[in-house]
Amino acid sequence: MTANPPSYLNAGHTIRSWLLTTDHKRIAVLYLVSVTFFFLVGGAAAGLVRADLLTPEGDLLTNEGYNRAFTLHGVIMVWFFLIPSIPNVFGNFLIPLMIGARDLAFPRLNLLSWYIYILGGLFTLIVLLVGGVDTGWTFYTPLSSMFSNGNVVLVAAAVFIVGFSSILTGLNFIVTIHRLRAPGMGWGRMPLFVWSHYATSIILVLATPVLSITLVLIAAERLFGLGIFDPSLGGDPLLFQHLFWFYSHPAVYIMVLPALGVISELVAAAARKPVFGYSFVAGSSIAIAIIGFFVWGHHMFVSGQSMYASAVFSFLSLAVAVPSGIKVYNWTATLYKGNILLDPPFLFAMSFIGLFVVGGLTGLALAMLSIDVHVHDTYFVVAHFHYIMVGGTISAYFGALHFWWPKMFGRMYPLTWGRITAATIFFGFNLTFFPQFILGFLGMPRRYHVYAPEFQTLHVLSSAGSTLLGLAYLLPFVYLGYSLVAGKRASANPWGATGLEWTVPSPPPKHNFVEIPTVTGRPYDYPVDKEDRR
Amino acid sequence: MTEDLPRLKEPYSTRGQQREADMLGVYLFLASEIMLFGGLFAVIFIAHFLHPEEFVAASKKMHVAIGTANTMILLTSSALVAIAVKAARAGHARPVWRCLALSALLGVAFLGLKAYEYWSEYQDGLLPLPGARTDFTSPREHLFMNIYLIATSLHALHLTIGIVVLSLFAWLVRSRRVKLPAGATATETAATYWHLVDIIWIFLFPVLYLAR
Ligand code: HEM
Ligand SMILES: [Cu+2]
Repeated sequence: MTANPPSYLNAGHTIRSWLLTTDHKRIAVLYLVSVTFFFLVGGAAAGLVRADLLTPEGDLLTNEGYNRAFTLHGVIMVWFFLIPSIPNVFGNFLIPLMIGARDLAFPRLNLLSWYIYILGGLFTLIVLLVGGVDTGWTFYTPLSSMFSNGNVVLVAAAVFIVGFSSILTGLNFIVTIHRLRAPGMGWGRMPLFVWSHYATSIILVLATPVLSITLVLIAAERLFGLGIFDPSLGGDPLLFQHLFWFYSHPAVYIMVLPALGVISELVAAAARKPVFGYSFVAGSSIAIAIIGFFVWGHHMFVSGQSMYASAVFSFLSLAVAVPSGIKVYNWTATLYKGNILLDPPFLFAMSFIGLFVVGGLTGLALAMLSIDVHVHDTYFVVAHFHYIMVGGTISAYFGALHFWWPKMFGRMYPLTWGRITAATIFFGFNLTFFPQFILGFLGMPRRYHVYAPEFQTLHVLSSAGSTLLGLAYLLPFVYLGYSLVAGKRASANPWGATGLEWTVPSPPPKHNFVEIPTVTGRPYDYPVDKEDRR
Repeated sequence: MTEDLPRLKEPYSTRGQQREADMLGVYLFLASEIMLFGGLFAVIFIAHFLHPEEFVAASKKMHVAIGTANTMILLTSSALVAIAVKAARAGHARPVWRCLALSALLGVAFLGLKAYEYWSEYQDGLLPLPGARTDFTSPREHLFMNIYLIATSLHALHLTIGIVVLSLFAWLVRSRRVKLPAGATATETAATYWHLVDIIWIFLFPVLYLAR
């Protein structure tokens, strides 16, 4: 190979060259650092919640303190970790590389969106310092608009701001994918990771503003007494739930679609086979994005909406499971007779599939009116969404981290440690959340920290699991950090995977490609040369 | 022909590609703005559907004359902005900045009338502002006025941004800091935003003023 231009990492060394960068890869690293920070803060709040639940009397925290801890946990995890993590770190880093572009369509907008994210984060931290909020991450009215004594307006502002960052990122991705694909990269040749980010971006651009207006309405209600949700002013509290879930159900797909894209890449690379049913996997992302807009009512079965509405929402919710099922089926078919290597990314992908299936099936159970009426607002729901969001999305996030780490930083990490981490996370996760399904079925309501003594055993199990899980999440800090200083240098394509990102050196040069490539083949043209591996 | 297009920036390989990307970005941004107001419209429609009589009664108290005048003002400004875009593509600077400046002025006139309207509603005891004296005949009327105030003030905020953008552009074109026709895409961007603000009003006007 001819002499390479310097990599994006050493194209400049000053802090300024990082904070004012417009290189999508550096912005991805900025996000990596900041979402990791918020993950730790949100995780600490979770630890507090689980510690308090060790005893039935809940003697660690006051009522108020408990409400604030779980609200903070929810707000930070949903808006500052789950939604931005995969798109803003890996989407940012990889989309231009994967489609053969030198950068995103609007590099400066990309930087701006990071600053907006940081601004929203600062607001949240300020709220934390001045005492927190107690509304839960869903801000249900009338609690949030009238009774809550917390800093609802501040948190609403934080979420409003970070929403703006999401919209800008989504917009940037859509334009990039439409306009900057390398010659020959037709829609049918786009990696599935890019497809799923395309679908995610559509939801980001179209659903986030509905959340924004909802937050504006809450603020107007609290600050000026302009009531839309307050019955004494003629308003309707149910309206809030409609608006909120119209955003927030699609938002769960904002969290999970990028994860699905990651898994498709990991599975193909592990099986060293073309993805089975490529166009179905691609199309199912779009289908999920579209159907996801019409199912919000399944969060409101017991809120007093009409029976007919509930029945329709129940049916549509079952329909949204079909495209998710297609994906799982196609991954399995891809792995069938594959030449599989038990590398850490693959283990994370397997753990994702297992947990996602449990989460998805319990989602179906919840979408049935009869079951939901029984377990609504119990720990069953808590377990369901944690299986999907923590078990699913965070597994995929760690899978992505272990898969693309050598590409991002040009270093290999000790694979055995990666395998140990993946296994511990899987085990710790199930120990934490499986007992919660049982708790929910037995009738333990969510958001309470004082509970009947017979629930204690299950709660203790769950807290023990969460400790293990927390430790497992910390492990990568050690060996990934170690790899940065002493890791073996990574080759351009350490996993022997397909995709344009593996054709450039690790770490990639500043402008990605010396010459924009021309794409001639289909994606996932396995097998790749064996010698390439590691 | 290529000199007609703006300078080529980092990730693009052709200017045509860059222009298309810019326009797509603007349209997506506008789509998200439409969803922002879409949430409000949904609220209006649902509330109207639930309480038809009270809403009609409340709507009858609106100052239709002012609303109509404001609608005419915005329609005129939209036409002017459209002319400005045509002129920008043809490279004629003077009509461009004149039309843009005039539109911005019309925007200011709109805000002036709107302020007058708020003031007279305040006199009538219809404005649900904190500390204002109000005498609503029903909670529904109160709700209607709440929605009205939130929707129109959010619109006014957007219009204010639009006025700033148009004035800035008028100045940039006039002082030749933006050269035409190279800057036509940028002019188009500003114009499209203005059209959007107008269109939102065109929808707000009937659902608030004409729902009688
Ligand atoms: C097969 C697809 C899915 C179905 C049919 C489904 C169904 C449901 C239902 C019916 C509920 C409401 C339960 C209740 O409050 O009584 C619920 C709650 C929830 N689901 Fe899902 N779900 C699915 C997938 C997902 C995914 C992919 C995620 C996240 C990535 C997710 C996250 C959540 C969350 C966060 C809640 C709790 C909301 C709250 O705080 O009340 N779900 N789900
Ligand atoms: Cu949902």
